[in-house]
Amino acid sequence: MMRLELVKRPQRSALFSVLSPFIAFALTMIAGAIMFALLGVSPLNAFNVYFVQPISEVWQLHELAIKAAPLILIAVGLSVCYKANIWNIGAEGQFILGGIFGSIIPVLFPEFEGPLVLPLMLLLGMVGGALYAAIPALLKTRFSTNEILTSLMLVYVAQLFLDWLVRGPWRDPQGHGFPQTIQFGDSAVLPELMPDAGRANWGFVFALVAAVTVWLMMSRMLKGFEVRVLGSSPRAGRFAGFGLSKMVFFTFLLSGALAGLAGISEVSGAIGQLQPVISPGYGFTAIIVAFLGRLNPLGIVAAGLVLALTYLGGEAVQSALGISDKVARVFQGMLLFFVLGCDTLIHYRIRLIGFAAPQLEAAPKLEEAR
Amino acid sequence: MDITVNILLTIATAATPLLIAAIGELVVERSGVLNLGVEGMMIMGAVGGFGAGYLTGSPWIGLLAAIVVGALFSLLFAVMTLSLATNQVATGLSLTLLGLGLSGMIGTSFVGQPGVRLPNLDIPGLSSIPVVGKLIFGQDPLFYVSIGLTAAVMWFLFRTRTGLTLRSIGDSHVSAHALGIKVIRYRYLAVIFGGACAGLAGGHLSLVYTPQWVENMSAGRGWIALALVVFASWRPWRVLAGAYIFGAVWIGQLHAQAFGIPVPSQFLSSLPYLATIVVLVLISRNKRLTMMNTPASLGQPFVPDR
Repeated sequence: MMRLELVKRPQRSALFSVLSPFIAFALTMIAGAIMFALLGVSPLNAFNVYFVQPISEVWQLHELAIKAAPLILIAVGLSVCYKANIWNIGAEGQFILGGIFGSIIPVLFPEFEGPLVLPLMLLLGMVGGALYAAIPALLKTRFSTNEILTSLMLVYVAQLFLDWLVRGPWRDPQGHGFPQTIQFGDSAVLPELMPDAGRANWGFVFALVAAVTVWLMMSRMLKGFEVRVLGSSPRAGRFAGFGLSKMVFFTFLLSGALAGLAGISEVSGAIGQLQPVISPGYGFTAIIVAFLGRLNPLGIVAAGLVLALTYLGGEAVQSALGISDKVARVFQGMLLFFVLGCDTLIHYRIRLIGFAAPQLEAAPKLEEAR
Repeated sequence: MDITVNILLTIATAATPLLIAAIGELVVERSGVLNLGVEGMMIMGAVGGFGAGYLTGSPWIGLLAAIVVGALFSLLFAVMTLSLATNQVATGLSLTLLGLGLSGMIGTSFVGQPGVRLPNLDIPGLSSIPVVGKLIFGQDPLFYVSIGLTAAVMWFLFRTRTGLTLRSIGDSHVSAHALGIKVIRYRYLAVIFGGACAGLAGGHLSLVYTPQWVENMSAGRGWIALALVVFASWRPWRVLAGAYIFGAVWIGQLHAQAFGIPVPSQFLSSLPYLATIVVLVLISRNKRLTMMNTPASLGQPFVPDR
């Protein structure tokens, strides 16, 4: 009979703060190797297909940027929420609403063209995401309704709403009955960064700008301090005069707007029209990105690239090895598990206690008192 | 009359998985642990149950597998949150994400395969009594399990010493620990019980409700079960009432779609989720009631000091 015992460190371990994402990644690889072996594929071969081949050419790096952009944008917003101990897990819905709001111009006013179209679309996308995120924020502040459940329920509602739009009122009349809107006009398409080299578009730039901006806010501005204080001790925050309700709205609107921006960037950049499904679960994967990046916007950029690679790798193993692309989801889930587990090392030392082993360090006085 | 009976029967079938999963989660939360992984454990139970039933041809073995898979999957959450003291919200979320991915991968080869269905109870004579016969004596076995489980949990929590201990841990793990109660051990058992229930609820989906494997077939039911526990303010009999209200909403919108009511089907399909939000708002408006009933140490990690 073995038992784990946690011993609180006097202060957080700087070493493990840095190391823990790497340990988590290594453990995920080991678990992944076991999984591939169980599926009857040589792990080395699988890893080559999964992690190396998808990023061995320049155009593939562009694909990586396309997948990473929405993950980073959403995760940067979510990191502020989670730092404040506010749990927005409905980013997937806010992403969809951003895509829908931003598409109002190209779908309903296709004759409106010019340089103003794109900025307006992006703005509308942010407004759409923020408005949708305002619902759980309002319910939490007015009625103290649990934001985890409401924000998640709204994801299902958003998916169904988009499904209705593209099959009903917004369906392309010339689309041969396919459930999709018209193709966006040229001025409504997010330009590619380097059209000669690959497909990556301005969405990736937005993601980097958002990450740096939020990093500055969190580390250099009063607002960031407010977020951290309210997150670690709401009572202390109240004494300092920081309002919790305002913070709920601030974090939800910010993360909603960023998710909405990600949504319209994806629709206008990578897809070019609205379809029944516009996201392979970006809003949920971004939660993993946020934690893997240690809720730090700069860490999130790196984490976003890693998770984007799991999407590309999933597609690669499906086409090359005939393994379901659900492998990607499994990798993502395992990664989050190991990240959370390794984070324990920052605050605690772990001791394995055998059944009969004498407890060398346990102070006898405490034992008796118990 | 027949239509009414049939509608009541379908409502019971829709309510049963919600009830089983929510009752399990209720025990978990009463012990002070918030496991947001219900959706993940449920879908793992569904795929495990379907797979075992499909491979062996026996729905009963399928059911057993669903329970075991759900319990094992919850053990992962227990080790993380109880032994490693990780954040319960984040860990529960990751359990759901992992469950949805893993079940999709495991279930790839099951898509489109015919499943096995758990037979309904059939007592000669009794089950053929008009109207009440089918309602009382002719439903699927898990219907009776769900009702029995609710009664058992009610009795356990409020009429036994162990139940009292479990609730005291949920209200103050520090005091319970000071009294010499093995907080972590109780919580392990509670979490595993919740996992077994969620797995069983998933098994109901793939062995009774729609005996086949469809990816993401739990369709948010695990989350609705979580909402039901809040809605019920942590009382078993209110979970029962809530599950049947939601079962009625779920079936109501399906019937409305079948009758061709001139409302887009997507709007009707979103009703259960919207109803969840409305109900949560209504119940949480009364702050004093919620404060009084919420287990006081719900969601807080606990590391015994020694």
